[in-house]
Amino acid sequence: MSSFSSCQSVREARRVAIFGGTHGNELSGVTLVHLWMKNGTEIQRRGVETRPFITNPRAVEKCSRYVDTDLNRAFTPENLSAPADGQLPYEVLRAQEINRMFGPKGSPDAYDVIFDLHNTTSNMGCTLILESSKDHFNLQMINYIQKALAPASCLVLLNEHPLLKYSTARSVAKHPVGLEVGPQPQGVLRSNIFESMREILKHALDFIELFNEGVEFPPCSVPVFRVSERVDYPRDANGNIMAMVHPNLQDCDWEPLNPGDPMFQTFDGKTIRYQGSGTIYPTFINEAAYYEKQQAFVATRRETLSANAVRKA
Amino acid sequence: MKDQSRLPRLSRVAVCGGTHGNELSGVYLVRELLKVKKKKKKEEEDEDGGAMSVLLVLSNPRAMQQCLRYIDTDLNRCFTHACLIGPTLDKTPYEMRRARELNAMLGPKGSAGAMDLICDLHNTTANMGLSLITYSDHDWICMHIFRHLQRQIPDTPVRYIHYDVTSKESYSLDSVGKHGFAMEVGPQPHGVVRSNIYTTMKSGVQYMLDWVHFFNSGVIFDGGFMDVFTVVKHIDYPRDGETHNITAAIHPQLQDRDFCLLRPGDPLFQTFSGETLRYTGSEPLYPFFINESAYYEKGIALCLARKRRVKIPSVRVQTEEEERQNEQRYTSEEEE
Repeated sequence: MSSFSSCQSVREARRVAIFGGTHGNELSGVTLVHLWMKNGTEIQRRGVETRPFITNPRAVEKCSRYVDTDLNRAFTPENLSAPADGQLPYEVLRAQEINRMFGPKGSPDAYDVIFDLHNTTSNMGCTLILESSKDHFNLQMINYIQKALAPASCLVLLNEHPLLKYSTARSVAKHPVGLEVGPQPQGVLRSNIFESMREILKHALDFIELFNEGVEFPPCSVPVFRVSERVDYPRDANGNIMAMVHPNLQDCDWEPLNPGDPMFQTFDGKTIRYQGSGTIYPTFINEAAYYEKQQAFVATRRETLSANAVRKA
Repeated sequence: MKDQSRLPRLSRVAVCGGTHGNELSGVYLVRELLKVKKKKKKEEEDEDGGAMSVLLVLSNPRAMQQCLRYIDTDLNRCFTHACLIGPTLDKTPYEMRRARELNAMLGPKGSAGAMDLICDLHNTTANMGLSLITYSDHDWICMHIFRHLQRQIPDTPVRYIHYDVTSKESYSLDSVGKHGFAMEVGPQPHGVVRSNIYTTMKSGVQYMLDWVHFFNSGVIFDGGFMDVFTVVKHIDYPRDGETHNITAAIHPQLQDRDFCLLRPGDPLFQTFSGETLRYTGSEPLYPFFINESAYYEKGIALCLARKRRVKIPSVRVQTEEEERQNEQRYTSEEEE
C-alpha cells in the first residue's frame, strides 16, 4: 500500500464567478452580488478575475424562487442542448445563456470556479455543498475555509448520489461550490446570515489567491455528510401533507436520528417514528422550497474524505 | 365606566385560515378542524345545538394552491368600505372579488347579520409569539379573550396590538365581524409549517372557542387591567435612490427583539458597509413586525407602538330580555 500521496497539479483558477439570485427570494446572495456589482473591491484578489452575477433576474425582481421552473435544476444536458425557441421556459433559456457565458459545461473554456449563494429555512448554519468527492482542489479550499472560520463551524454536504444529484447552475464550472446559509425565511435579509456568507467567501477567495501564487496545500482529511436519501412528509390519498416535522427533530440539522426517534407529528398530535435500520444525519429539515419537491429532509451519512496535496500546475 | 358590561351572545363565530396562502399554520389548522367537524357530523346524528356555531373558512384558496401570499393583491387589505362596495368588473383583481364574496358570507360588514366574532389566522417571520391584532382598545370581548389566552398559554408570550383606525377605514378580514381580530403567530418562515407554531395556534383557537362557550353560558369574567400596544408608526429600510433596493438590514441587536423597548439612540439598522444607523425618534416605543418578509414591498422594516395599561370591565352575556331591548335600539339606530 502506498504510504504517500503524490501532489496533484491543478490548473490555476483564473476565472471565478459568484452567483446570487439563482433563487430570487434567497436574499443574502442577491444582496451580496448587487453590492459587489456596484463596488467589487472586496472581492478582488491578485491574479483572479472575480465576476459577481445575478443568475435569475426575473425571479429576483418578483422576489420568488423562480418564474417558470427551478433554475438550479435546469442545467441538464437535454435543456442545455434544446433548440432555443419561444416555447422554452424562462429558466431553461436562462440556463443556456449562463452555459454560454460561464461554460460550456465540461469544456476547457468553462469558468474555473463558481460559488453559488443560497439560503435555506432549515437550521443548517454555514454549509458548503460539493458535487464530487474527487475534486481535490475543492476539498482543499473547503479545508482552508473551515480552518479560517474556526471555532465557528462550516459543515460539508456531499451530493454525489446518482439519482438525487441535480443539475445546478454552478455545475457549469470546473470546480462548482454551493454556499448554503440558514436559517433565514425566504424574502428576508438577516444581518448575521448575510455577514456569515460574506466571511465564507472572503476566505474562499483568499485560498484561490494563495493557490494561484503557487502555495502547496498538504494532504488533509475533510469530514463530510454524504446524501443518502430523501424523506418526504407522510401524505394522505390526495397527496396532502398529514404531519409536520416533529418538535424533537425541528432545527436539529446534522444531529443523529436513530431508529425509534420521533420524526413527524400528525396534526392531531400523534408521533411518527423513524423506522430505518441505522443512524442517519438529517439536513435540509423543513426547507420551505422542498414541500413541492416531496422532501421533509435529506438523510445523510458521515464520511471522511482524503484530499491529496494540490499545487498550481 | 360601568363596572360590568353586558354584551350580546356570540352565536356565530368564524375561524379563517389561508387569508395569505403561504401562512401555513392557519391553512393546516382550518383543514384539520374541517376534518374533525366532518367526522363528528358522521358520528353524531344531531348537531348538539349549543349556544354557538363555528364556521371554518379557507379565505384565499387560489393563493393557497400556489403557496403564495396573494395572486393579484393582498386580500387582507380589501375590506375597507370603499373596496367592498365597488363594482365587480372583468378587470377586478381576484382578491377584490373574493373579499366581496367573504363579506357576503361573513358580513355584510357593519350590519346586524354579520358574524359575531371573526378570528383570522396568520403567521409572521417576526418573533412576535402570539399577538391578537384588532382595531379597538375598548372591545371588551376581544380584550377578555386576550386575557384568557394569556393566562392559559404560559410558555408563549401573548400580546394585544391595537391599530387606531375607524371602522370604515379598517381593511382586514377580521373587521367584517361585529367583533374580530387577527391571531398572528411567529416566528415562522412563509411556506413552512413548524410544529411548535402550529400547536400554539391550535391552543389559541381552542382557548378562544372555550372562552366564547363560557361567555355564552353566563360565566362572569372579572375586570382588571391589561397592556395594550397601540400602533404609532412604521419605519422603512434605508434604500438606494435609484434602484430602491434596501441598503441596510435590521441591526443584529434589534433582530428578534419584538416588544423590547426601543430607545432613542438604540441601533436600528446595519448598513452593508458595517455602519450602525440608530433610532432618531424622541419617544421610546415598542417595535414589532421586525423584519416581516411580506412587508418589504410595503416599505415597512418594523412597526412601533406605545404601551399603556387599560382598565377593562367585567363582562357577562346579556339575558334574553336585555338582548331584545338592545335589538330594538339597534333597529331604531339603523333607521336613523
